[in-house]
Amino acid sequence: MTDTITAPTIEYLLLSPLLVVFGAAIVGVLVEAFAPRYLRAAFQVPLTLLSLVAAFALVIFVVVKDGVPNKAAAMGAVAADGPALFIWGTILLLAFVSVLLIGDDFVPSAVAVPGSVEEERAVSEGAAHTEVYPLVLFAVGGMLLFAASNDLLVMFVALEVMSLPLYMLCGLARRRRLLSQEAAMKYFLLGAFSSAFFLYGTALLYGYAGSIDLSKISTSLSSVGGQDSLLFIGAAVLGVGLFFKIGAVPFQMWKPDVYQGAPTPITALMASGTLVAAFGALLRVFWVALGNLEWDWSPVVWAVAILTMVVGAILAITQTDIKRMLAYSSIAHAGFILTAVVATAGAKQNSLALSGILFYLVAYGLTTVGAFGVVTMVRDPGGEAWHLSRWAGLGKRSPKLAMVLAFFLLAMAGIPLTSGFFAKYAVFSAAVSGGAVALVVVGVVASAIAAFFYVRVIVLMFFSDPAADGPSIVMPIATRGVVGFAALATVVLGVFPQPVLDLASKAAQSLFVR
Amino acid sequence: MELYVPILVLAVLAAGFAVFSVGIAPFTGPKRWNRAKLDAYECGIEPTPQPIGGGRFPLKYMITAMLFIVFDIEIIFLYPWAVTFDKLGVFGLVEMVLFIVTVLVAYAYVWRRRGLDWD
Repeated sequence: MTDTITAPTIEYLLLSPLLVVFGAAIVGVLVEAFAPRYLRAAFQVPLTLLSLVAAFALVIFVVVKDGVPNKAAAMGAVAADGPALFIWGTILLLAFVSVLLIGDDFVPSAVAVPGSVEEERAVSEGAAHTEVYPLVLFAVGGMLLFAASNDLLVMFVALEVMSLPLYMLCGLARRRRLLSQEAAMKYFLLGAFSSAFFLYGTALLYGYAGSIDLSKISTSLSSVGGQDSLLFIGAAVLGVGLFFKIGAVPFQMWKPDVYQGAPTPITALMASGTLVAAFGALLRVFWVALGNLEWDWSPVVWAVAILTMVVGAILAITQTDIKRMLAYSSIAHAGFILTAVVATAGAKQNSLALSGILFYLVAYGLTTVGAFGVVTMVRDPGGEAWHLSRWAGLGKRSPKLAMVLAFFLLAMAGIPLTSGFFAKYAVFSAAVSGGAVALVVVGVVASAIAAFFYVRVIVLMFFSDPAADGPSIVMPIATRGVVGFAALATVVLGVFPQPVLDLASKAAQSLFVR
Repeated sequence: MELYVPILVLAVLAAGFAVFSVGIAPFTGPKRWNRAKLDAYECGIEPTPQPIGGGRFPLKYMITAMLFIVFDIEIIFLYPWAVTFDKLGVFGLVEMVLFIVTVLVAYAYVWRRRGLDWD
């Protein structure tokens, strides 16, 4: 026993944002275990918010102190490079505002059957699932790791750490309980299915390359011969797992159902944070590991991008539920971002497309959190006013709120002077200079279709008469702050986007480490 | 090809043992039939008749099973660590302590939330 295994070197400072978030989640579990019921929320909310702020500050501190690292950390398992640090900042910001939205929308007791005596008792006792906060922290930690993982197994673990809490959170809506539980079940089953696809793809790529390390897979592309079926099937199956997470067509089925059923603050977290993290992982797999295989995968991503934009935009037209409409709009936006994923040819092009995607993710994430925040404010006696007809005439009843929502919708449509315009411009121009002109034409047409249903909601709010028993407006202070912040960010990024664009291009400069 | 002979022998032995066990049981085992024994699947819960809509059934087993998985995972990591304890040194010890503490947090949660009470 003389020989020793060298202990791995771990860059604790670089990984400290992750460690803070996971550590706070574990402390949160202990609070759940030992604090008396009435004190839990008082512990959990500051703990969650403070840990997210601390992690954000650590991201900035790392960048200021050491600059952007140029090699993977933790023995090549985690790559906290420029894009990853930018994505971490984005996810932490989005998680922070989503946590502020999480106030009272959660079921008192998830084990009780909806409408049963047990549930009534839980309501009257004032019970609440404060587990929501540690679960959100675990999910956020998973998102951070997912976007930064540099090998396929770490990526899979991160995928599960991110997804498992979200499956549970989806089923905890206080009202419309059965819909919420159905959404959680659907999300769980389909999500588990897609995770299996991801793992299967990992196994096949390991069979091809002899490594799960993304950069080693990349180098093996030129050295391994005669195993092409393993490579192609592996890459395709891995792609299914990733496309599921961003909700690209034909793997989008879960998105409307889950977004509709989940508690709206959780929907906001999923529509922003999960999308950002999933795009981080998708880019890493397709650009770092399979970058040299571009000629083979880009036609497939072309097809997926076109389908995603067109199907998302067209199906959104027929929706009558505001959350389902926003879900389909999120599918269409995933398609718009995919146009820039296709645009890879040469390092310069890469960094242009990458900075466009990063900017898009920030802009869209903030806008979508704001839009869902507005959805939580408009209430019927039985919960949120989900049916679009209930939103008729909102502009006359509460003009400010309706104007803010109209502004968010215009930003999603990509109207100038909103963040959505520069975001769309950035990804489409990257796609054009990557030679994907046809794709951009489809993108612009899909944007026009999407603009139709955004504007339809605006027209409905401002130009139809309010119903006599219209919904009431509830304005909790935190939600109001979040919506205000999101609106401000949408304006600032639309009028004065240069600082964030610069930051994004600086983050994209170094590209992904290999 | 010779490499595969032991595997083949093992497969034959395994199949033989399975067939032998199932074949000999009716002749040697005691026969005390009751309703539970004749059920399609013996799981401690009445499979039939169930109330309309499935009704409610106890989740006690699930919590026990999930707790089992927690410790199952722990032992999966403890075993290889124990084997290479000398080689891994202090780093391994620290990591393992951290890991066990994390598992302990899950256990404390189950305990405090009365997951260990049967009724």
